[in-house]
Amino acid sequence: MALQDVCGFLETLDDISPCTYLPNEMGYMWRTPFEFDGDSAFHFLFPPQQCSRKNRAPTLFSSTFSSLSPHQQPFQLSHGTTTLGFIFQDGVIAAADTRASCKGLICCPISQKIMPIHSHLVVNTSGSGADCMLWERILTREMRLYQLRHRKRLSVNGAAKLLSMMLHPFKGTDVCVAATLCGWDGEETQETLQSCMEIADVKEAVEQDSNVSAISDESAQGSVKMASINEQDEISKDTQALNPTVSNQNTKNALSTFGERSGPRVCYVCSDGLQLKGEIISVGSGSPYAYAVLDDGWRWGMTVDEAVALAREAVFRATHWDAYSGNNVDLFHITAHGWRRRDREDLKEEYYREREREKKKIKEREKERQKREGDELVEGEGDIYSVHCG
Amino acid sequence: MMISARAYGDNGKMKEHHYTGPVEHKFSPYAFNGGTVLAVAGEDFALVASDTRLSEGYSIHSRDSPKCYKLTDTTVIGCSGFHGDCLTLTKIIEARLKMYKHSNNKSMTSGAIAAMLSTILYGKRFFPYYVYNIIGGLDEEGRGAVYSFDPVGSYQRDTYKAGGSASAMLQPLLDNQIGFKNMENVEQLPLTLEKAVQLVKDVFISAAERDVYTGDALKICIITKEGIREEIVPLRKD
Repeated sequence: MALQDVCGFLETLDDISPCTYLPNEMGYMWRTPFEFDGDSAFHFLFPPQQCSRKNRAPTLFSSTFSSLSPHQQPFQLSHGTTTLGFIFQDGVIAAADTRASCKGLICCPISQKIMPIHSHLVVNTSGSGADCMLWERILTREMRLYQLRHRKRLSVNGAAKLLSMMLHPFKGTDVCVAATLCGWDGEETQETLQSCMEIADVKEAVEQDSNVSAISDESAQGSVKMASINEQDEISKDTQALNPTVSNQNTKNALSTFGERSGPRVCYVCSDGLQLKGEIISVGSGSPYAYAVLDDGWRWGMTVDEAVALAREAVFRATHWDAYSGNNVDLFHITAHGWRRRDREDLKEEYYREREREKKKIKEREKERQKREGDELVEGEGDIYSVHCG
Repeated sequence: MMISARAYGDNGKMKEHHYTGPVEHKFSPYAFNGGTVLAVAGEDFALVASDTRLSEGYSIHSRDSPKCYKLTDTTVIGCSGFHGDCLTLTKIIEARLKMYKHSNNKSMTSGAIAAMLSTILYGKRFFPYYVYNIIGGLDEEGRGAVYSFDPVGSYQRDTYKAGGSASAMLQPLLDNQIGFKNMENVEQLPLTLEKAVQLVKDVFISAAERDVYTGDALKICIITKEGIREEIVPLRKD
């Protein structure tokens, strides 16, 4: 699909009609993701009364679509979910439930909301099912084209900006996409990995308190992330001072890719145009419950097991309290080496297992209490015993 | 979802039919023509079944209007919802299949048809085809495949799926009988062709009992590597 575009290979009748290539500021023929007069994969058809608008010159930022009054649709599209993504010292965790609901009916109990885009980027989607699926395909295509043209993977922030720009013309229509891009930026060389670990170790040991305050600031404002990057800078300078020869090289590698840092990244993009960067992002009807669990247990220095357990717990609690989330948990872990998928887990069993655990705890507590009462009685009665023990 | 949108008012209750003042009637390009479609995928077969009743409001337009359309030797699509959009959509799909065949000198596979249908449906995101599609067929390895769609193109591969007016009644029954959901200590045998056909017949008979838009006759298309076989079974006509 992407290779075909680059080669300009004309396959169907659609492609033969004249296409509009818009040059961007570098004089470079960047094919816009869709042309309204239709020859790319998505020429959108309008209802008859809107014909006159088609003749207006299309621009990348025209809002032709927002003035469309859609006909009364006799069906509802799917919404309602819990997805989350967070970064920590050893990568990114992306987790989501698998329920797709449609105004009271569960359309699909096993939908897949986390879709990999390339080896180091995964997107959590929520909102309307069809919109998410198709826009994720468009994003994958554009990122592949970028990679072929520039011989470099686009960073997570770059992908977020690209998706946001592509969705902008649809602002005001009922396209509803809320995507969380979770990925690892930068080259996956051994040195990069090492330097990140070094930075992380020092950070963990020294900067715990400032991290906590950074998180609370972020949750208050909703967008700050610069704090941790500045800390990383300082620490890399420190390590350079300590080990000049080795670390110098390492951090140089870490600071490659167009002057951006490499490392884990989480970005939120919404069809309204909102773009957020952060450390913990959760989206959907179950996100308040997920945030509660995540804020409590998140630390930058978590191990992989702790992070996976935290994500799973957050989704489980959200599915427990939110009617529109449920069924299974999907979990992806992205590191410098790429993404890895954990097996899908059914949460129905987890609820019963938890009940069993609670019952066991209650029984044990009962036993202890009885033993204590028994001991007290015994001590009260027999002076013989106290003499012995005394 | 099961009954025409116009029968329900804004608060979700059925509209009362007495004089409430002047009412503005607006032309709606959509109508709901009823019908149920079902598809099941097995180890080496796939079934697509639909009833043959075409209705609108309180009337029945036709008792012999099946909703399964044969696309290739290994793929059948079932479309229910608005009949006008079903006809146009199947025409477009058939034209695209021919174009593909002429350009690439081979037939489209089930997975490719599903992906193509998704883009066709999303192309009309702002004036959708009011059609619930289910594709049933064999994949490249000869295993059964079912792809279910929503009206704007979101799709995924399933083992079984019911769509249309009686879908909410049939889907839980299929979950239990084919998916073995919520059954403890049960031996999960793989589904044979005979058992699947019998199950589909039973399930449609039940649907016809309780859904007014389902009935008259049942058409089952059975897709195996030998080809596509059809079976017609009568249902309640009232």
